[in-house]
Amino acid sequence: MYDVHYHRPATLDDALNLLAGADDGKILSGGQTLLPTMKQHLAAPTDLVDVRRIPGMRGIKVEGGHLVIGAATTHAEVAGSAEVRQDIPSLASLASGIGDPAVRHMGTIGGSIANHDPAADYPSAVLALNGIVVTNRRQIAADDFFTGLFSTALEEGEIITAVRFAPPKRGAYAKFPNPASRYAMVGVYVADTASGVRVAVTGAGENGVFRHGALEAALGRSFTPAAVEGVATPAAGLLSDIHGDAAYRAHLVGVMAKRAVAAALG
Amino acid sequence: MADITVTVNGKAMRRSVPDHTLLSEFLRETLRLTGTHVGCDTSQCGACVVHVDGRAVKSCTTLAASVDGAAVTTIEGIASGSDLHPMQAAFNDHHGLQCGFCTPGMIMSGIDMVNRYKAEGRALTPDAIRHELEGNICRCTGYHNIVKAIEDAAGRMTSMATAAE
Repeated sequence: MYDVHYHRPATLDDALNLLAGADDGKILSGGQTLLPTMKQHLAAPTDLVDVRRIPGMRGIKVEGGHLVIGAATTHAEVAGSAEVRQDIPSLASLASGIGDPAVRHMGTIGGSIANHDPAADYPSAVLALNGIVVTNRRQIAADDFFTGLFSTALEEGEIITAVRFAPPKRGAYAKFPNPASRYAMVGVYVADTASGVRVAVTGAGENGVFRHGALEAALGRSFTPAAVEGVATPAAGLLSDIHGDAAYRAHLVGVMAKRAVAAALG
Repeated sequence: MADITVTVNGKAMRRSVPDHTLLSEFLRETLRLTGTHVGCDTSQCGACVVHVDGRAVKSCTTLAASVDGAAVTTIEGIASGSDLHPMQAAFNDHHGLQCGFCTPGMIMSGIDMVNRYKAEGRALTPDAIRHELEGNICRCTGYHNIVKAIEDAAGRMTSMATAAE
């Protein structure tokens, strides 16, 4: 790893100032992707601004019926939270399946969604649950947040502070992990929300996470595994790599959607 | 350079290291605690697992500077004098190792999973142990005895032993 200046600011304002003053500053919020990327010299920031000790960035609370998860809350904390298990068990379950136990002790929800890896689990939850990404400047609706592969609506000098979720009526996440890396080859999050059924697919899209309109319409008419059967997923726009081609992933989308609906129905 | 104060295996220490120093490098090269192994260096194999404030983490994917103020426990810090930690004793009794390279990480992950399952009152079944070992790779493929050792150690680990963490 190249040398870097490490900072651990005590306040959000200090973090913003450090980022503004750095040649190429990056936020460190777990580092389970960023540090391996830096070790491979695929990223070489001049400064790392560790936001994990900033008060209010970490923890889970319930506010007006919404779950508010601090951006620096680890996957293990989300998976083990009584509030999350109670209000959105599918989200707790998703968090319990990210990476491995040691990674879950370090990786955070804010870091995962800010990075928007096409095979990450959390983006599907934020999109399917119609979550709201809260930053130091504004609130961003999930539909506006994920803008492309490793791209989000976040601007320079903008830090995610929390993610808000309204509990759905029911929901579930099903993923087909790569047998070696355990990253999602395809992950499908199905949520029956106040604004209708939402289906988000991760692991498969060339542009990262995406909503599946045809599945949403079919499940809106009938929230059953059988309703998934008549819905085709086009292979166009899906990832092809050594682990599976686009047609294979398109097929997996249907299989995972069916499993997710069955799980949501309990 | 980062000035860090950490408690390693119960001993408080202060060192100055370059900011980009990994916790695994800090332990092995600065403190000469070479029991923590580095296998893949890509956070997949788990040979480098140590505990930071009682939680298992991959020390090859953690900056030393970021654990300033924390308590770190390595494989060197779990025995009480000449008495092996119950997890170490169980690995010995069940021959839960072949070449031994992955063993420090396996033992630190094993203690972590037993502590978590006990705290939550969940049963640590052989299936659960295999699932929990997802981030620890044994290239000798000696998983069968590793699973048996962790299952046995879960029974042996008293609240006294876990409190020593």
